[in-house]
Amino acid sequence: MIDSTQSFQFFNRGPSPVARLVFFAVLSLLLLFVDARYRYLESTRSALSVVISPIQQLAALPDALWQQVRNFYITQSKQHDLIKQNDELKLQHQNDAAQLLQLQSLELENQHLRDLDALPIRNQFTSQLAEVIYAERDVFRRKVLVNKGADSDVKLGQVVMDDVGIIGQITRVYPLLSEVTLITEKDQAVPVQVLRNGLRSIVFGVGDTSQLSLRYMPASADVQNGDVLVTSGIDGTYPPGIPVARVTKVEHDPVYPFSNITCLPIAGVDNHRHLLILSDMTKFPKRPDEKSGAENSGKRLKFRRNN
Amino acid sequence: MPYLSMQAKPEIQLPVSNLFIASSILAALFLNGLPWTGVGLILRPDFVALVLLYWCMHKPLRIGIGLSWTVGILADVSDATLFGQHALAYTLLAFGGVVLHHRLQMFDLRRQTIQVFAIFALTYAVYALVSWQVNGYVVWPYLLGCVTSTLLWMPLSLVFQAMRQYRMDRNRS
Repeated sequence: MIDSTQSFQFFNRGPSPVARLVFFAVLSLLLLFVDARYRYLESTRSALSVVISPIQQLAALPDALWQQVRNFYITQSKQHDLIKQNDELKLQHQNDAAQLLQLQSLELENQHLRDLDALPIRNQFTSQLAEVIYAERDVFRRKVLVNKGADSDVKLGQVVMDDVGIIGQITRVYPLLSEVTLITEKDQAVPVQVLRNGLRSIVFGVGDTSQLSLRYMPASADVQNGDVLVTSGIDGTYPPGIPVARVTKVEHDPVYPFSNITCLPIAGVDNHRHLLILSDMTKFPKRPDEKSGAENSGKRLKFRRNN
Repeated sequence: MPYLSMQAKPEIQLPVSNLFIASSILAALFLNGLPWTGVGLILRPDFVALVLLYWCMHKPLRIGIGLSWTVGILADVSDATLFGQHALAYTLLAFGGVVLHHRLQMFDLRRQTIQVFAIFALTYAVYALVSWQVNGYVVWPYLLGCVTSTLLWMPLSLVFQAMRQYRMDRNRS
């Protein structure tokens, strides 16, 4: 009987069960090996998952339904609690809303006072808004191009700042664009003074990082960590009193006569897209000799201190 | 109907539509895909293996090793296991079902269950072996699934038999 069955299967079904078993087992092992070792079959898997996904979605349905039923039950049984909670929340919301209104009016007032406070600095010059449209592709050159040029009356040497501090200076003017050299560009110099004690100095860009350094400061100079450097206004290029940098590290090396002072810019030199270009700076009378220039800066220094 | 008195294989002559077979396999995939968790997951019977074994035993000319392998690949995709893991296990299962189908049909359901347990144990052992080779460890509680699958063999056979009987009656009337 077994023999007849086997011949019957041979005629009807092609290869014997053993041959099929070996073929499919080897195929499975091959797939296992390829999938475990090389992960070549992800596209096949995603194609097959399209076939199987209706069943999977269907299988996920009872659980979702059960959740909904449970939620419904909870809502029904705890309705009273919810209503109570709702009332409490409403009351609290009214309370909060009144406080929020007060906060808004306080904010407005605060903003107004801030504007008034900033007025004396602002009215010394006018400014126009510009947008950075290209950045230098070289990592070691700290320059950007902005979308205001000769057509908007941008002039060489004008100062560029954002809402908190100095960013750089216009170094090249094209008809529609102009180039801003950032203060972090190597050897870009800004005359500054220490806000705490009025000590005058010049801050230089380092170039390869976003840092600044205070050069030629004697080891005895009174500079500390956290000191804020503001523009001194000497030379008339920069308006006085605008924050430039904050001292982050002071090192005294006995080998060198000068201390090594590192600062970080206060303004978002590398951050913003919108900048202010300052113009209409008050021009100083032409410098006659060494002495009058020093006096001039001394006066301005006093003015700042009185403020 | 003299053949119905032969308690061993009363249903072999009943017509079974391909649609019935396909929908039973899809339903098994669906049951396997339910979000089982915790103890339920450990004790989960492999419905696909059950259904495949049933059809391999009762309709070995229609459901064979190749189709079981294909279903195994689909199970691999739906379980997100490695390709071939279920396929290899189901191939062996189908081989057992096809080769033993004469002998199994001679037995009544109780004695079938014992034979079927051996086939399920083999299937689960292959599955565990592969996951040990791939993952480096064996989840022993997972093997409990072959016991629950075996326990479901009798109810499943009775239900399928009843459904096929019903179909035949409806066709006659």
